[in-house]
Amino acid sequence: MMIGAFARTFRHGIHPAGHKEATEHLPVERMPFVDRYVMPLGQSAGAPSRPVVRAGERVRRGQVIAAPAAFVSSTLHSPVGGTVVGRGPGHHPSGQLVDALEIEADPYDSQRLPAGEAIPWRELTDDEFVTHVQHAGLVGMGGAAFPSHVKYKLPAGKRVRRLIANGCECEPFLTADHRTMVERAADVLRGLEILGRRLGAEEAAIGVELNKADAIAALEREIAARPLPGLPVRVVPLKVKYPQGAEKMLIDAVYGLEVPAGGLPIDVGCLVNNVGTLASLADWFDRGWPLIERVVTVAGPGVARPANLLVPVGTPVRAVLDHCGGLSAETREVVMGGPMMGMPLASLDVPVLKGTSGLLAFTEVETRLPAEYTCIRCGRCVEACPQFLNPSRLARLARAGRWEEMERYFALDCVECGSCSFSCPSGIPIVQLIRVGKAKLREQRAKAS
Amino acid sequence: MSAHSPRLQVHTSPFLRQGVTTPGLMGDVLLALVPVLAVATYYFGLSALLVVAAAAAGAVGAERLLGPKGAIRDNSALLTGVILGLVLPPGLPLWMAFLGGVVGIGLGKLVWGGLGHNLFNPALVGRAFLQAAFPTALTTWPVPTGLPGLHASSFAAPFLHGEVDGLTGATPLNLMKFAHEATPLADLLRGSVGGSLGETSAAVIVLAGIFLAARRAFDWRIPVSVLLAVAVFSGALYLVDTGRYASPLFMLLSGGLLFGAVFMATDPVSSPLAPRGAWIYGAGIGILVVLIRTWGGLPEGVMYAILLMNAATPLLERVDQPRAFGRGARRTIA
Repeated sequence: MMIGAFARTFRHGIHPAGHKEATEHLPVERMPFVDRYVMPLGQSAGAPSRPVVRAGERVRRGQVIAAPAAFVSSTLHSPVGGTVVGRGPGHHPSGQLVDALEIEADPYDSQRLPAGEAIPWRELTDDEFVTHVQHAGLVGMGGAAFPSHVKYKLPAGKRVRRLIANGCECEPFLTADHRTMVERAADVLRGLEILGRRLGAEEAAIGVELNKADAIAALEREIAARPLPGLPVRVVPLKVKYPQGAEKMLIDAVYGLEVPAGGLPIDVGCLVNNVGTLASLADWFDRGWPLIERVVTVAGPGVARPANLLVPVGTPVRAVLDHCGGLSAETREVVMGGPMMGMPLASLDVPVLKGTSGLLAFTEVETRLPAEYTCIRCGRCVEACPQFLNPSRLARLARAGRWEEMERYFALDCVECGSCSFSCPSGIPIVQLIRVGKAKLREQRAKAS
Repeated sequence: MSAHSPRLQVHTSPFLRQGVTTPGLMGDVLLALVPVLAVATYYFGLSALLVVAAAAAGAVGAERLLGPKGAIRDNSALLTGVILGLVLPPGLPLWMAFLGGVVGIGLGKLVWGGLGHNLFNPALVGRAFLQAAFPTALTTWPVPTGLPGLHASSFAAPFLHGEVDGLTGATPLNLMKFAHEATPLADLLRGSVGGSLGETSAAVIVLAGIFLAARRAFDWRIPVSVLLAVAVFSGALYLVDTGRYASPLFMLLSGGLLFGAVFMATDPVSSPLAPRGAWIYGAGIGILVVLIRTWGGLPEGVMYAILLMNAATPLLERVDQPRAFGRGARRTIA
């Protein structure tokens, strides 16, 4: 085991308290099936999927219910066996109304999904492989839900030399990836193997923060037990720091490489995948299981019984929270995702999505807005910003509505990790102001073109 | 069973905060000033406490009366007042100290738009005003009297100076400049020498500085660069002619240099934000201090050195743009 002081990391960033004690040792348990599921057609980046089932039609668990509408678009599968009861506007966790399919579970269906035949992935052409991943409905499970097959379709002339598995899980409270690495280390490595071979990677690294010693041990055991000829895989223990799980920060931490501003990891020969995504990749190619369920950490001071749950996509948030003993009377806010970048829910009647890593319930203590003072230019946000920006200046420009100037100070490079707001002693909503500026800049760009 | 369904609030992320607040940061600096004040009181008597109290009362009063509503809660006016009091002579008439506090906050901060907007360190604006208005009173240095010492001059009625009772003496820098006489370094470390209240014990100020740096209450680069610049510049001069120029150790320990470097140059509002700017700013202060002390008309130059570099801060900010991640040629190729 490496000593913490010598572990690698990226530059800048913050050290929020981990809050992972409540769930990091809890094995993943299956969320019981409920009556109704809602599948928004636009769950991931790109074009919403096109439904291929009609109301009243019976569907099997894992059956395709919506096909991709374009290349940057994903496949949706029914999370349960049952009946499609309708298509209509449903509430997306973002608060918007989106087109969705509603499925009623069949109470007499066993909901078992027997493993199918393995797919001979070595024999596929590159394009066939990409199409297969699209059919699996695979998206980035770290939170962004970007369709994975788009990432695997390499631009001409680019190649992946280094494949990185993202096991940082730097967001406080969340332990879904942690448990996946501990309980499914073999599948994570299998996903890494399939992807590494397919993309022709020279080596693979799994970046894991030091607060997950059991995950590091489990992965190292698995690597030792099944070495991959020609594809060296190693676990890279990383210091505990936020936002290490951001793609560009992770590449800097593991390999000391800077992805150019506005560029992609492929520009430095890297490709990053969340460990949960890799395990799901193995599920598809080894067992024929599409992405229809995921691990969700349910935690926070407002939750009676914190847990790591294997939840079918489309399960209403309310049902998941009820399964965990419900919310305490002190709960004020429920967040989907992590506390640093997650999305607050306006209603509990929204579904768990493919990108839902956590459901956190916060009370008055966590949600109270800090008293705001003027900026005293203490520089804490500058020292925190992993993109080396000057957040205090960007916030000031945003307040003044000086959008063009914000762009000159690289506002569009901001990854919205929130480290600035976290560290500001004056309680200034820095990242929130920068978000406004970025939205305005995009609006102007859209108008201009 | 559907459990309790609360009325949900919707904020935007992040939902966690570090818990360090601006009044807390000011409080840290105030805490670090307590031992400095204690030593000053030990050597200069109760008058020291009274001078600091008067300056603080002036500063807080001005902020309360003229400042934005509720601004008093950020502790910054109190801090300005205490720092101002500590750079004044022990026997100063209290009404002058009070006036200095009012002017420091009024002209040094509020006319610029309040906390965060001022170009100059408000405490130094107050002191510069007093220096210009009452040059004699500001350069009358009672010798350390010990604890009970109350100077009659402290209680001079407004607009009167009062007589400084007892002995007055030259500060170590005066002795150096005008008599070429060095003060024993041990006295400087302890603080048993004439001078402003906060110019006393070098040892206590250094400890306070280490405390503040550890709490990240200020940018450690600033005091380090100020002191390094003074040491290097005055060291070079000392090597040229040991008889004519003061030794670098004497330069570092005497006068208001340590107090200024730790408590005044580090005011975040009036100093550069980015690391490189902080180094340049600190070095500039150090060089100016040695220049003024060695060739200027005054024995001490810390106040003007800091004020001048305060004025240069916006320029430094403009010149020193930190390199954004992934921009520029560094480390983008394997």
